[in-house]
Amino acid sequence: MDNALVIFFGADRVLFVFFGTEVYMTHLIGAVLYIVLAPFAGGLIAGLDRKVTAQMQGRHGPPILQPFYDVAKLLGKEKITVSNGQDFYVMCSLVFMVISGAFFFAGSNLLMTIFTLTAGSIFLVLAGYASNSPYAQLGAEREMLQIMSYEPMILLSAVGFYMATGSFNVGDIVTSGRFVFPYLAGMFAGYVFVLIIKMRKSPFDLSMSHHAHQELVKGLTTEFSGRTLALSEIIHWYENVFLLGFVFIFFANGEPRFIVLGVLVALVCYFVIVFIDNSFARMKWQFTLKSAWMVTLVFGGGNLFVLYYLRAVFQV
Amino acid sequence: MSIKKSPWIIHYDCSSCNGCDIEMLACLTPMYDLERFGIVNTGNPKHADVFIVTGTVNTQNIPVVKQIYNQMPNPKVVIAVGICAATGGIFRGCYNVVGGLDHVIPVDMYVPGCAARPEAIIDGIMKSIDILAEKQAALDEGVVPEEICGGYIYEGEHDEHGTLITDEDADAAEEEQDVGATPDQEEQE
Repeated sequence: MDNALVIFFGADRVLFVFFGTEVYMTHLIGAVLYIVLAPFAGGLIAGLDRKVTAQMQGRHGPPILQPFYDVAKLLGKEKITVSNGQDFYVMCSLVFMVISGAFFFAGSNLLMTIFTLTAGSIFLVLAGYASNSPYAQLGAEREMLQIMSYEPMILLSAVGFYMATGSFNVGDIVTSGRFVFPYLAGMFAGYVFVLIIKMRKSPFDLSMSHHAHQELVKGLTTEFSGRTLALSEIIHWYENVFLLGFVFIFFANGEPRFIVLGVLVALVCYFVIVFIDNSFARMKWQFTLKSAWMVTLVFGGGNLFVLYYLRAVFQV
Repeated sequence: MSIKKSPWIIHYDCSSCNGCDIEMLACLTPMYDLERFGIVNTGNPKHADVFIVTGTVNTQNIPVVKQIYNQMPNPKVVIAVGICAATGGIFRGCYNVVGGLDHVIPVDMYVPGCAARPEAIIDGIMKSIDILAEKQAALDEGVVPEEICGGYIYEGEHDEHGTLITDEDADAAEEEQDVGATPDQEEQE
């Protein structure tokens, strides 16, 4: 196992065998680094997001550390909840989100990562349904619709990685020694498109929004308060770091310059998404579903077709 | 104290003339930019720390004010923005006006003006944040919320239009019943 982290941590060795899979030192380090550092990175990204958004609107904006202040405050607020099931589901969602990201940064199987991520998203939808508030329930319905929109494209990207590198393992993909981006350019375009839906940015912020157009009050999170709301915010931080990590693996192949390129492109992608967020009004759900599936078909399916063609004709 | 750095507000308009509401929204624009203090206009009582009320409180919207207040988690502060919310303003003495928000829920801060200037509103919010921090500190020390933030406020009985049945109405209804009951009782006796 020739992981990029070996560069920093020297020799790699098998620690233990987990259900027939050998777990390496670098696996554990990747997972632990994600679990510990992702909330800080995610919170900083959220703070930068708010600052950049404010600057785009000609405002001064809150401090960069504002999301941390918000979460610290929410953790200290009184606990009022309509149904206890809701808190349990949000906790489950956090657990699955962390496991999903840990799998990813441990260099594990990409498909398993995506399925765990979906479980996390579904638990958040259940939390929305748990309260009888019409706003939360409508938010949950819309969230499900968003999952339906982005899921096919994310799954197709995993298939694309398999076609291009011959492995579903993130560890093998980032150390393949092959610059896969030219082979997966269509997948990348499609993935960045659905990233807007996944990050709940305008024009696809149907289920909950941080903008003023809040006809659903706060959609999915309407009935969350205090600690539960703080947890849902932390889930969002973990999620964003994972999603940007997914952008990173389109570029990383083990060489340091491509690692730098991957990080830069991930940040540029986030900036572009914030820019789109600030320049569009919200679209209808029909547009979200249709456009996401069209993009999946054209960019994802088209890219897959090209990969098959290259493999069949040129044995690439 | 992180609550001082992130007070989220909810704004409710009690049949205001919209003067104060426009000034309230002006606080969020690039000119005044409340968000630089970490203040977010949430529109959801369950997320909010600061309750801003504009306009005259009357019998029609008393239940709404009480409900929003009850749904906010502690610690919380209430700001009456504009003279209508503070005392009833020029509508004081009208048959349906109760004469100030403090007749309905406990108020921590009054922002005068007709309409209140954005600068005055921002000043009021920033001063109320100190009260919010004091309340948080007291709660952390173990003081029961009812002592400092006001407990659950009874929302009262409402008729089929959602209008609050006031004490006077209830007295009048009782009197009617008494009047109806008296002859029967006399007959029985």
